[in-house]
Formats: sequence, C-alpha cells, structure tokens
Amino acid sequence: MTAFLKILRPGLMTSVQDLGRSGYQSLGIGSSGALDPVALRAANLLVGNNPGEGALEVLYLGPAIEIEAQSVRLSFVGARTTIEILPNIEAKIGTCIEGQRSVLVKRGEIVKIRSIVGGASLYVGIEGGLNIDPAFGSVSTNIRAATGGWRARALMEGDQLPLRRPQALDRGECRLDGITFFPSARIRVIPGPQLHYFEEAEIAWFFDSEFTVGTSDRVGMRLRGQRPLQHAKGFDIASDAIAPGSIQVPGDGQPIVLMADRHTTGGYPKIATVISADLPALGRLCIGSKIRFESVTVAQAHALRREMLSFLEDLPNYIVPISRLSAPFAPRLFDYNLISGVVDARTGLANPEE
Amino acid sequence: MVDYRVLPAGDTAIVVEFGESIDRQVNAIVLALDECLGSERHEGILETVPTFRSLMVYYDPAAISQAALADHIAGHIRQIQVSDRPSRTWRLPVCYDTEMAPDLSDVAARAGLTTRQVIERHSGLVYHIYMLGFLPGLAYMGDVPEELVVPRLRTPRLKIPAGSLCIAMAMSLIVPRETTSGLNVIGRSPVAMWQPDDGALLKPGDKVIYQPISLREYHDMAVRLEAGNLKIEPVTEQSEIAA
Repeated sequence: MTAFLKILRPGLMTSVQDLGRSGYQSLGIGSSGALDPVALRAANLLVGNNPGEGALEVLYLGPAIEIEAQSVRLSFVGARTTIEILPNIEAKIGTCIEGQRSVLVKRGEIVKIRSIVGGASLYVGIEGGLNIDPAFGSVSTNIRAATGGWRARALMEGDQLPLRRPQALDRGECRLDGITFFPSARIRVIPGPQLHYFEEAEIAWFFDSEFTVGTSDRVGMRLRGQRPLQHAKGFDIASDAIAPGSIQVPGDGQPIVLMADRHTTGGYPKIATVISADLPALGRLCIGSKIRFESVTVAQAHALRREMLSFLEDLPNYIVPISRLSAPFAPRLFDYNLISGVVDARTGLANPEE
Repeated sequence: MVDYRVLPAGDTAIVVEFGESIDRQVNAIVLALDECLGSERHEGILETVPTFRSLMVYYDPAAISQAALADHIAGHIRQIQVSDRPSRTWRLPVCYDTEMAPDLSDVAARAGLTTRQVIERHSGLVYHIYMLGFLPGLAYMGDVPEELVVPRLRTPRLKIPAGSLCIAMAMSLIVPRETTSGLNVIGRSPVAMWQPDDGALLKPGDKVIYQPISLREYHDMAVRLEAGNLKIEPVTEQSEIAA
C-alpha cells in the first residue's frame, strides 16, 4: 500500500528541514536546517517523533497536501495560521483548525494551510517522518548547494513524499499550551568578528537604529536602515567563514543577516553575529518587521543559550492532550478572501476543543 | 612566534585570524592548525572551516568555554609546524577551446597577449588550494599570474555550466555546478568537482596542475568519466610533481 503526502500546491517556499548538518562546511556545504528550530522540535514532539526529525518548513504561504496513505498524523507549529481539512479533492467545505496541535487525517483528505500570520515560518510535523535518505547527515534541503531534502529543492506541485508509516498510531491528539512563536523585535548580538571595519560612532549608530526586514529568504535577510552603514576602511575582505546569524555589511551599506542556507564563506565585513539563543526568533521575522539589535557579551550569550537549552529540554511538558470527549470539529464555511489572499486567524476561529 | 588574533563569531564560533590578506604562508598556518584540531577531536570542538587567512572553530559552549578553547588553540599555535605538510597533487584536464572559453579572447586582449599565451601562462604553474567555500566543492586555486587578473564582467551571466574554469581576482576556480556568475570563463574541465555521494574532489592544501586538452579530448573524457571508465586520481610520484 502506498503511503505518500501528495503536494497539490507547494505554497511560496515549502521544503524539508531538520536541525541541519554539521561537519561539512569545510567542503562548502552549509548547515541549513529549520529557520525556527524550536517550532520544528515542538512539531515533532506533538506527533511523537524525535525532536530532530525532518518536517516540512512552510514560509509565508502554505501548501495544499493530499493524503495518500491509510492515515497519517500531522502537526502544525509556528506562526498563526488556519488549516482547513477537506474530505476529498472535490469538496468545497472543510473543517478548520488552528495550529500548534496534531491532527489525524485519512486517505483522500486534503490539508490546506492558508497564509501564515505574525511570523514567517510554520512547521508541519509528520508522525514517523518522511522516508527520505539523509545527505551528509541530514534531510535538510539546501537549494543553493543542491543538497539534501526532497530532490534537493523546494517542494513542487505533484511531488509525492514517501511516508515511513503507512498508517497513524492509535493515540490521541495533542496541542501546545503556554508557548508562543512570535518573532522578537529585539535581537541580541555579539559585536564582530569584523568590528574593526567600522568607526566607533558607526557601531553606536548601528545599535541605536531601528531596521526594517526587507526581502528575505533562507539564505539571507536584507535589512533597511535610516541610512546606509559606512565602512571605515573598505568593504572587501579576503573571504572568510560565515557563522549563522552573521550580519554582513556589503558595499551598499545595507546589512544582510545570513541565515541557515548562507554560503559557507564570503567577502564582506561582518559587524555583529546574532546569538544562538535568538536564532529561532530571528527565523520568525517577516518582511516588514521592525527590529533593533542589542549588544551582549559572550558570557551573557552563553547564559541565554543555557536557558534556551533547558527550555528545549522542558518542551515535552508544554504538550497537553486534546480531550477525545470534546465536541467534534464544527465544520464551517471558510471565509475565502481571494482578493488579498489574507486570512485573519485572530477572528472567528476559536479552537473547537475549547 | 606566530602572530594571530581570536575574534568572536557569535557565541558558538571563534575566528582564529592570522592575517588580513591572501598569503600562502598565512594559509599554510591556517591549514596546519586545522589539521591539528581535526585529528585530535578535542571535546567541545564541533567543526572547523579553514579559509585564506583564518580558521573558524565552531564549539559547544556546554563542553568548553571560549577562554579554554582559546588557550587550547594557543597551545597548538605555539608548536605549529608548517614545513613538511604532505599534500596531494592533481593533474586536471582543462579544455581552453574557444567553444568552452567565452572570455578567453577578452582576457587575452586585456593582457595584451595572444589566447595561446594566456593558455600557456594560465596552465604553466602549480596552483595551491587555499580553501573550499561558497558552493559545495568549490576550490580557490592560486595564484593566477598577475597579467591574467581581470575585472568581473559588467553583466553577470545567468548560467555558466558545471566545470567552467573561471578567473576570480587572483584565484582560478572550476565551478562545481551550473551557476550564475560574473566571472570570466576561460575554459572547462570534464572532471566533477563535486559528487553528491562522495563530496568534494579537492581539499585545501592540495596542489593542482591544469593539463590543456582539445575539444575532442574533452568530449571523450566526459563520456568516459560519466561511464565510470576514467577516474581522476592525485599524482603520486614526486618526480611528476616536479615536472
């Protein structure tokens, strides 16, 4: 019996990601992995997976997926969204649920993820995971490096992703309680490594300024400030390695934060580097978000990292069962907004279990 | 006494920087340190990335503090030996035929040389691989003779094929896969720089000699390489290297 997730519509940028790969940057293969690894972990835990299992990362606009398996348990974690489950491909009306929970879906059913709101990323956890061979220790897709994931690319219409489990386990559904996945307006950084390429006053201006997130993808996030940053002594450096969250300042003076699919090396000075504890929040930032950078010491960053790790360890405790005795999902006519394509997830879509 | 500085790159990596410019001596120290750290598997050191003039060291702060890491690295640098590092030498076939070298005549014109002279000079030396980066398997090979160092194209090309031999400042590159590029393309190699299963053909510290081949030889080798009937191995004989 076949067991697939069939992609009817890929969304804007949907790819297979896990926690990324380590140990191959010296060959030119970057780390990749989920932009929001906290949401990825939570999505996996909701369906009983290892927290680092491969899942679907959805950016901005969600996919439509047909279930080609007896049954499969999915979860949706990250930015707010509405998920519509239709009984079959012809159906016009389905059941709507909110994210941050698991759900059981059956053969022929269609899962439609709408626009996602208040953050850039959403993760679809899959019970048992996808049956995809890891490349260099990870199933993360790195499009630029043509490595990993599903055929080393973003998902496309007609893709059939093989599932490891032909049917879902017999157990109840769960949701997250007490966690939010909001992007942060304040991102903490450690100055450097190329701080000496900027005058002190310019560095101070950087930390006093508000930036707007411009075009953004898995490689980098362009920022727009009130004015360009000035280099003290040119902007060409002999290429060196790029850490995740590096904020490079190219010739035009508009900073770019380098994300999971960054090149491994590059030739622009880097004014600061986002601390590891703030990388998940960075990965949630949307185009148009306003952010400020706050300088912290390495010791402070390590303390914040320890907090983050202990929070991750505690993550299973934020999972609560959804009562089986509660009323079945109320089917409702979905309010399509075909003009703007935007769905307001804050109104009229209360969790049916509550 | 080796001069260096340690710069933070966030809270999980440091950059050990030995200079600001591209220099073989500096690069040799970087590669020697990389080898020391790579072979010992010290607790808390997760990954190292050697580049022209610095080594990035990723670490796990739960296993080693930044200060302890810096001390540990300082210990290695005090004892570093760069002289007798063994290296592999490759003879890589390269076709400089105009069909595969859209910018060869332009490079020749800029240098005031004939295309034949450009080929002779470009293939007439042993290249040193400083680093791999940017794309999987992309090796930075230097140094291109000064007269062949040309500015980038005014308008980048949307596509150059895998194997394209390019000049990027003082570096010669063979692109591992089809890519957009503003670099001058002066030839093409049939040898895969990157295999999804095997990884990168070349590694930092390797030496490379370009062996000019004809268009016919190119196509012949491409077929044999594809079929697995031809495998490119490093040259082992010391005499060959000297040749």
